Amino acid sequence: MKDKKHLSVSAIENGTVIDHIPAQNLFKVITILGLDRIPNQITFGTNLESKLLGKKAIVKIANKYFERDEINRIALVAPHAKLNIIRNYEVTEKMLVEVPNDIAGIVKCVNPKCITNDEKVTPKFKVVDKNGVSLKCHYCEKITDQEHMEYL
Amino acid sequence: MKNKSLVSINDLSKDEIFRVLDLAEEFERNPIQRIMEGKVVATLFFEPSTRTSLSFESAVNKLGGRVIGFSETSTSSVSKGETLKDTILTVANYSDLIVMRHPIEGSARYASEVSPVPIVNAGDGANQHPTQTLLDLYSIRKTQGKLDNLKIVMVGDLKYGRTVHSLLMAMSQFNASFTFISPAELRMPQEYKMYLDELGLKYEEHTDLAENIKDADIVYMTRVQRERFSDPMEYEKVKNAYILRNGMLEGTKPNMRVLHPLPRVNEINTDVDESPKAYYFTQALNGVYTRMAIMALILGLKK
Ligand SMILES: [Zn+2]
Repeated sequence: MKDKKHLSVSAIENGTVIDHIPAQNLFKVITILGLDRIPNQITFGTNLESKLLGKKAIVKIANKYFERDEINRIALVAPHAKLNIIRNYEVTEKMLVEVPNDIAGIVKCVNPKCITNDEKVTPKFKVVDKNGVSLKCHYCEKITDQEHMEYL
Repeated sequence: MKNKSLVSINDLSKDEIFRVLDLAEEFERNPIQRIMEGKVVATLFFEPSTRTSLSFESAVNKLGGRVIGFSETSTSSVSKGETLKDTILTVANYSDLIVMRHPIEGSARYASEVSPVPIVNAGDGANQHPTQTLLDLYSIRKTQGKLDNLKIVMVGDLKYGRTVHSLLMAMSQFNASFTFISPAELRMPQEYKMYLDELGLKYEEHTDLAENIKDADIVYMTRVQRERFSDPMEYEKVKNAYILRNGMLEGTKPNMRVLHPLPRVNEINTDVDESPKAYYFTQALNGVYTRMAIMALILGLKK
């Protein structure tokens, strides 16, 4: 039997479905992937029940496929996100987001006195907590947590 | 350590730390070794720190090397125009090693990535000052005969104090226990206490100075600055509570020594200076031997 979610997933002919986004981070995912700046047809649902996340969001983007690096950019706000690649109404591939060990050029360092906020230096971080996702700056050694993440 | 930059104390293994301390000891016994003959060290002080720059210059001079460099006169204005990268790439042409102090945090790490010659971080904002930490370790080992299992009491501004944070990280490798004495507003940050919890190391927190130094092996004093307080009244209330006086040393352990990164303002009363337990001026001298050791190792002049 097909459940409701499955039906909505099947509703696009070609494209990508991103599932298991924490509801409160939906708009961050949209911004990070630049979905607010593309002409593609996009539908999303939010505040859906989720055993894993409490409330989750789901986004469906028609005629759009993502590269691995692009997708890992959302690892910081949606570490458990799952992607379904749809071709001709069929899920042809599934991808999980991977939280990388190192991150460069995606997030700003929270420390205003950091060299990365003072001169043209690409911010680099070590991921010190993969579940809550917090980042230790390679340069100033300060921690940038979820709450203070600002995207480049 | 040959050809490696020294940016953060966390870059050094325990063995490397011991190597620096042992070589510093050798230089203390025999300080006149002209092994840096023909070497040029650039000291770039983008903010003033007279003591640190004099200490480095003295270290280079004792080893027969030459010093070039500059020091900005005001703390606030790094005169902009040229990027740090350009300054480093230019100065690297004139020198074998660059000693750098800069108010921006992470600047030394960045400099070490663009520079063709090794960088020694002499302080990057509130972040790191590894040569200070190494000279503190040298002073502790020298006065206690060991680094293991010591009781370290830290006093004053424990919230913003870069030196106490780095010292805590370094001493936590040697099974130290800690007492933190500070005004409520300037407590040791949670992240450091969590770090000690993870390692299973003991610490206590107090606001009273005199009562809590009796079992100390090391009392590490720092300055409590007015500008660190959000409420000036709060500063007025506590400003005299963290001054160490000679009378308080009564009943402390015979091996106890008082350390301070200097300059002091009034947090150690001058009547402490005569006590055999006052060690801060010798600590500053130890800084010269420690910096001699660091530069000699990085330049590959000693193994
Ligand atoms: Zn930073």
